[in-house]
Amino acid sequence: MAKRQQKARIAGFLLSSAWEFFIIAGVSLNEHPMKFAIALFSAAHAPSSRRALLFARAALAGGHEIVRLFFYQDGVYSASANVVAPQDEQDIAAQWREFVSENQLDGVVCIAAALRRGILNEEEAQRYQRASANLTAPWELSGLGQLHDAAQSADRLICFGGP
Amino acid sequence: MTRSLLVISRQAPWSGLSAREALDVVLAGGAYDLPIGLLFMDDGVLQLVQTQDAAAVQQKDLTANLKALEMFGIEDVFACGKSLAERGMFPGNLNIAVRQLPQEQDISELIDRYDHVITI
Repeated sequence: MAKRQQKARIAGFLLSSAWEFFIIAGVSLNEHPMKFAIALFSAAHAPSSRRALLFARAALAGGHEIVRLFFYQDGVYSASANVVAPQDEQDIAAQWREFVSENQLDGVVCIAAALRRGILNEEEAQRYQRASANLTAPWELSGLGQLHDAAQSADRLICFGGP
Repeated sequence: MTRSLLVISRQAPWSGLSAREALDVVLAGGAYDLPIGLLFMDDGVLQLVQTQDAAAVQQKDLTANLKALEMFGIEDVFACGKSLAERGMFPGNLNIAVRQLPQEQDISELIDRYDHVITI
């Protein structure tokens, strides 16, 4: 965390004054950084999926750490690579993918919940002889132990579900 | 320091996957010997009905999974007394042993005792 603060300070020097203010504001929040585990229980089209994404972005912007994202129940749909959003609507599944990739986060999709709902990566599609996979990097399929593991290392477990 | 987790199960057993998936979270935690509590609330208390006929709705019986709680070392199992009463259910007439929490204040005190809460 100290390294990140240092980097932020250096970046603050290099950037324009408006950005510098932003970075300094980020660093000042950094004095009490928290570790968040985020669990999502709803599909990409549910407002709660978007809310979870906004929360996750805000957590990182505030200098906090996200120890893991865990998608469970219908949350596994939020990781689907096959969501096609209308052109004038937000593609939340794509935004989740970009967010996890860009920030190199640990994004885990519950394997049992995913299999039931037809969310498969290449390996599982082959294992169960299904025609295609719809879960790609950065997402990983794993078990519920990953949710408990995240809860153990996090200061706060924040769950998003329902509408 | 091990962090404790309370799972609040609020869905009826045959209204979808929620009851099963809430229970799976609890059992997984039990498998790792973590301090886990389970609270049945609202329609979730219907999971505790003694006479359920899963086959009638072509489902697997969830009661067997509930009975596994003890095997997984999950002892802190609670039911909201108000939710039971609203559905004409009584603590002595349930498929597993639960501690009834009669008052709403008991629920908030229970939640306070845990580090994390998951509601499904």
